[in-house]
Amino acid sequence: MSTQSNALSQSFGSNNMVPEISAPVHPLYWSIRRELWESRSVYLAPLGAAAVALFGFMISMTHFPARVHEILSLDPMKQQHAFAQPYEIATALIMGAAFIVSIFYSLDALYGERRDRSILFWKSLPVSDLTAVLSKVSVPLLILPFLAFAIVIVTTSIMLLMNAAALVGSSFTFAELWPRLALVQSGLGLLYHLVTVHILWYAPLYAWLFFISAWARRAPFLWAFLPPLVLAAFEKITFHTSYVSDLLIYRVSGGSDASMDGNDFAANPHAPMTPGAFLGEPGLWIGLLVAAALIAAAVRMRRYRDPV
Amino acid sequence: MALVIEARGLRKTFKNTVALAGIDLRVEAGRILGVIGPNGAGKTTALNAILGLTSYQGELKVLGLDPWSQRDQLMRDVCFIADVAVLPRWIKVSQAIDYVAGVHPRFDRAKAESFLAKTNIQRGSRVRELSKGMVAQLHLALVMAIDAKLLVFDEPTLGLDILYRKQFYDSLLNDYFDRSRTIVVTTNLVEEIQDVITDLMFINRGQTVLNCSMEELESRFIEVVVKPEQAAAARALKPIYERQSLGRTILLFERADRQQLSSFGDSRTPSIADLFVALMSNQGTQPQGGSR
Repeated sequence: MSTQSNALSQSFGSNNMVPEISAPVHPLYWSIRRELWESRSVYLAPLGAAAVALFGFMISMTHFPARVHEILSLDPMKQQHAFAQPYEIATALIMGAAFIVSIFYSLDALYGERRDRSILFWKSLPVSDLTAVLSKVSVPLLILPFLAFAIVIVTTSIMLLMNAAALVGSSFTFAELWPRLALVQSGLGLLYHLVTVHILWYAPLYAWLFFISAWARRAPFLWAFLPPLVLAAFEKITFHTSYVSDLLIYRVSGGSDASMDGNDFAANPHAPMTPGAFLGEPGLWIGLLVAAALIAAAVRMRRYRDPV
Repeated sequence: MALVIEARGLRKTFKNTVALAGIDLRVEAGRILGVIGPNGAGKTTALNAILGLTSYQGELKVLGLDPWSQRDQLMRDVCFIADVAVLPRWIKVSQAIDYVAGVHPRFDRAKAESFLAKTNIQRGSRVRELSKGMVAQLHLALVMAIDAKLLVFDEPTLGLDILYRKQFYDSLLNDYFDRSRTIVVTTNLVEEIQDVITDLMFINRGQTVLNCSMEELESRFIEVVVKPEQAAAARALKPIYERQSLGRTILLFERADRQQLSSFGDSRTPSIADLFVALMSNQGTQPQGGSR
């Protein structure tokens, strides 16, 4: 990726005018790569979750032909559920791993570099604070969701192959199994859910974690989670109202409610999508504004606060 | 010569301490300035101001730019090592090179590689696996491969053993420095920069105690080893400092008549360390650790 400047390299200590070396630079690209070098859990955790799911599924395949007959004796609705369930669990495991990694990554992103003083090294290079923060923000908001999605697709495909292999010689054929799994709908539903809920709706939550990560002098985890909870409890005790807790609940589950009809994704991944209602939800746009403000504040803090 | 750093009345106060109490500084291109002072004297604060890492009052221009508001632009021409051991411990040597090459337009990868080839540092090692001295070598290799106009070091050799310290300054002078670059270095280890610097600045309690070139230092200060029977006569010429060494009296004079002094005994240019002790004690302050 980087362009070598061998041709321009000079002998040491020469007093000649050194020609301006100006290699093309890609600060955002390299900053994102840097994040992935540092936080290998970003890809190792979902991959590990996928490996566990695949291993379990492989063992279950040894008695799959026997189980097929049990399942086929159920009524059709339950059949579909029984066949698809391992796929849903594998998806949930991978997405759950990615979600937990996102939270811990975001809390450490701007705090860790101050704690280990490496910020003094990063700041000695011509990478603006905006670029540095955006590269970090892109990890939970872009890289992790799409990486986890890709891992889900690959894992599901491998499970499908195992399923097909287990059915060789059975009277129940793969052609009969495939429509019962409804994997294409699940995949599209997951992608929709990721973009609407995990990226757009949760953006202010991640931005809040980044803000705390940039601000806290110690214990960013406590600062991120305790004050909102304490505030909610205080309000309940003092005024017997629950505006704060309602707001928190709305921020956690409101996007899921708005993006699909009547049911949230975890309970029913095949519920009809309602993108119009989602985009019409004022909470989406308010949340995105709050996210932008919190990220801007984090950039300013990294830029203007005395380092370490 | 173009001014690389120009500061007038540079001030910085923290909550209840004055870190910089109005410092004036002019550094021309091609100089190597050593900034020396006790712990808490304000050295690091001054460098942070020059690097745009901290806010300040007063006037400050670095390469014609205001470091606080034009920091991103400034960092293309300025490089710094803020401390030993700020390289992240998880990074691999090869990753550090790739990253700097990817973000710095003036980085010459071949230069960094050839400098590293002279060390025992393995490309695949992580920083946490390297000794402190090797980390300093790696950081220096990265920085020296950048074609910067101004290089700033804050205690670059703190905690390194004597071999690495010597090597560090040798590399800096032989492989890096030429008249088109400017270097500012702070240190507590006065002796090690004696032969490196062209300009000297002592600061204490946020104030400039001395600011002169090494040539000026030679003509301005003189140290005389005085014979005991002439001590009283020599003292009448108002030395700025007196110390005893191996039973002999050594007097330090500023802007004195050299002709007159030569009759008292052997004279010589004082070492930076002796001058530092003399000037600091005259401030009526003990060199002391403390808050910044």
